[in-house]
Amino acid sequence: MVADTSAPAAKPSIADYLKNNIREYGLLVALVVIMVFFQIVTNGVLFRPVNITNLVLQNSFIVIMALGMLLIIVAGHIDLSVGSIVAFIGAISAIMLVKWGLPAIVVVPACLIVGGIMGAAQGYWVAYQKIPAFIVTLAGMLVFRGMTYVVLGGRPIGPFPKEFQILSTGFVPDFLSFLNPAPETIKNMVALVAVVILVALAIWSGFRNRRINEMHGSENEPFVFFAIQMAVITVVALFIGFQLSTYRGLPNVLVVMGVLIALYSFITTRSTVGRRIYAMGGNEKAAKLSGINTERLTFYTFANMGVLAALAGMIITARLNSATPKAGVGFELDVIAACFIGGASASGGVGKITGAVIGAFIMGVMNNGMSIMGIGIDYQQLIKGLVLLAAVFFDVYNKNKG
Amino acid sequence: MDNIILEMRSITKTFPGVRALDNVSFKVSEGEIHALVGENGAGKSTLMKVLSGVYPAGTYEGEIHYAGEVRRFSTISDSEELGIIIIHQELALVPLLSIAENIFLGNEIAQNGVIHWPQTFARTQELLKKVGLSESPSTLITDIGVGKQQLVEIAKALSKKVRLLILDEPTASLNEKDSEALLKLLMEFRNQGMTSIIISHKLNEIKKVADKITILRDGGTVETLDCHKEDISEDRIIKGMVGRDMEDRYPPREPKIGETLLEVKNWNVFHQHHRDRQFLHDVNFTVRAGEVVGIAGLMGAGRTETAMSLFGKSWGHKITGDVYMRGKPVDVSTIPKAIDAGLAYVTEDRKHLGLVLMNNIKENTTLSNLGAVSSNGIIDDRKEAKIATDYRSKLRIRSHSIYQETVNLSGGNQQKVVLSKWLFTNPEVLILDEPTRGIDVGAKFEIYTIINQLAAEGKGILMISSEMPELLGTCDRIYVMNEGRIVAELSKEEASQESIMRAIMRSGEKH
Repeated sequence: MVADTSAPAAKPSIADYLKNNIREYGLLVALVVIMVFFQIVTNGVLFRPVNITNLVLQNSFIVIMALGMLLIIVAGHIDLSVGSIVAFIGAISAIMLVKWGLPAIVVVPACLIVGGIMGAAQGYWVAYQKIPAFIVTLAGMLVFRGMTYVVLGGRPIGPFPKEFQILSTGFVPDFLSFLNPAPETIKNMVALVAVVILVALAIWSGFRNRRINEMHGSENEPFVFFAIQMAVITVVALFIGFQLSTYRGLPNVLVVMGVLIALYSFITTRSTVGRRIYAMGGNEKAAKLSGINTERLTFYTFANMGVLAALAGMIITARLNSATPKAGVGFELDVIAACFIGGASASGGVGKITGAVIGAFIMGVMNNGMSIMGIGIDYQQLIKGLVLLAAVFFDVYNKNKG
Repeated sequence: MDNIILEMRSITKTFPGVRALDNVSFKVSEGEIHALVGENGAGKSTLMKVLSGVYPAGTYEGEIHYAGEVRRFSTISDSEELGIIIIHQELALVPLLSIAENIFLGNEIAQNGVIHWPQTFARTQELLKKVGLSESPSTLITDIGVGKQQLVEIAKALSKKVRLLILDEPTASLNEKDSEALLKLLMEFRNQGMTSIIISHKLNEIKKVADKITILRDGGTVETLDCHKEDISEDRIIKGMVGRDMEDRYPPREPKIGETLLEVKNWNVFHQHHRDRQFLHDVNFTVRAGEVVGIAGLMGAGRTETAMSLFGKSWGHKITGDVYMRGKPVDVSTIPKAIDAGLAYVTEDRKHLGLVLMNNIKENTTLSNLGAVSSNGIIDDRKEAKIATDYRSKLRIRSHSIYQETVNLSGGNQQKVVLSKWLFTNPEVLILDEPTRGIDVGAKFEIYTIINQLAAEGKGILMISSEMPELLGTCDRIYVMNEGRIVAELSKEEASQESIMRAIMRSGEKH
């Protein structure tokens, strides 16, 4: 009756593998399908260099906030206040920069700190007073919005100094132009080189991971999938990189976003903090009894969300070049939707950074594509709502079937 | 000739990669109590899920004949309509609704959607009388004990005109007295002609009530024993379950007892919710190196509360008292501090408190001591996998790899994962709360073996258990608790079921 525990795992067939991981591949496929669809119906406008740049600029703040929101959702909570934090940070950054004339180098870190405090203030009630996050952050949403009106006196403030606008409208300068083989088409060599290096890095680390997995006997995805995935990523990345290089190059925001995505992927998959957040979301009591300080972890998760919301707030304000009391209205919903489309579970413990990022881009491409097509905001909302429902239904359906 | 009410023929049910049931045949005669036994993972619950329509017709092979016809249930309500009612191990009652509301939940006595309360209450009273429960129908479920809740479940089954009652581990969370009452009730029902199937690990109970016993092993039927034709001993049943003789249910051990590791003095704790009620009174105990110390007592005696209040104040408030490790006072006021002091607490409820079920074996194993497999907050995957692999083979955790989600493991293997987690923190004293609850005989033996190994390595073990034979079989010394006090300390020689019960009873008279 004692089975041989050292027996190697049966090799899963490709069909089995696909079935077990349909969610992750499905998401990527969905993004590609949506992109191709809009590329066709917009007669190629979607992938024009200027539009790709716009897409990045328009969605960067959603992606950035989705990184923090994913952690919150995985921890088993929710944060409804991020839209209001965006607005408040926009407001105080405007006051500091425009009214007080402080330099951006001081204002940016100050705003990040204030955002962290706003998140922490909510985290305190959730973590230590055990008030449901929904209620705490609903209160925060109203309070912070109110504070925004108070500090702005109901009137927008702007415009901003150049050095602050660089944050969202600047591009990485082309310091590699001497390598440029075709200056007529390629306007920014850095973008192209950076993308090529990144793709090479991704492929190299993919192979490295497979080798390490093989070495200590954990499961690898079938090579076909790995190859297809790598091919798709390579083609898409190179295409986008090329398009960007023919326009103005890499937007600064894209760089910030890329670094943050890499950082948060690393935190969620490799760090002890990440592991503990997943454990806490999966079973808070068990995590607590395992010696994890769940209160402190929750507290920091909310503080982190505040910092990211502050960053997003500054990016948006810099982009609009004006701080208004109505900034960021409804953003929390887009951010939360991105996480759920990306496969996070509302009951906690499940969700991936890559999923949330792809989820955010699915929403972003749809927004952008439908705007180009001239679909009104009313129908856009309707369609986005249905997509969210469909994505989550797909999850639930797969889970029940399995 | 017996009147066969249920016959399941050649049932085969497969899940991806696993054949849970392989050509199982199972026959139940009208008016009998039929016990279904087998180790965890033998397929008992799966068989009952096939029967009740949880797994609809078409997802399994084979035929179900019930009350003379072939049946193809596609939902639970199909089978309930014909009087097949299952009471699951995890009770399906709504805690904040009343007994009456629970009994008629989904089946309300109502006209045009308006509930007829007087009639509901009258019917409830009738049903409660049948199951011997003297509670008001308006009492909330949360205010009655688990034993009574079990009876409410049965009353609920009776309200649905039950013909075949299936009970999955009905006495697993009951104390002896409540178990006794429940079994008596079942026998009464039998006299009235009702048929029941009972799934249980408690062989002494089965022996008491069952007319027939069907044994499953590894998804197949081993045999059906008729208790009226021959005298069936517990050992006989165990032999069928594990496929071999099990001479001794408790592995032998030569205790080598060393210095005192843990000493708790004047431990006083107030109730977690009823904050002015003192729950534990002046609890004092010691655990020495290499020693297995038991805590016996009835449910609600304060055993789990003692352990949890000690382990980082996880239960109760206004906790006072002193804790010493190797003679030195230690601070156990938070769980990380308790772990640092060398304590580990393996909880009673491994699904809700022990494991993160959606995480895999590896992740659960290192959860309490992530620091040891990481540097600067970054986990070393290779090191972590190696640790998990080591524990998996050392504790014989049956799984296809360390990457298997713990939700898919059997109870015994889940318990071993919890043990791995705590062993990896390298504790000096392990508190084991009902370590073998709900796990099968073979896995129990393995857990006892692990306990013995740990004791041999010089660790102190404090074991809380409701199964007296288990305490008697494994412990060097036994404390008896009752009503929040330690009422006796018995050496191995003094301890017996009688002496433990006597200690409990005598202390009850005093207060």
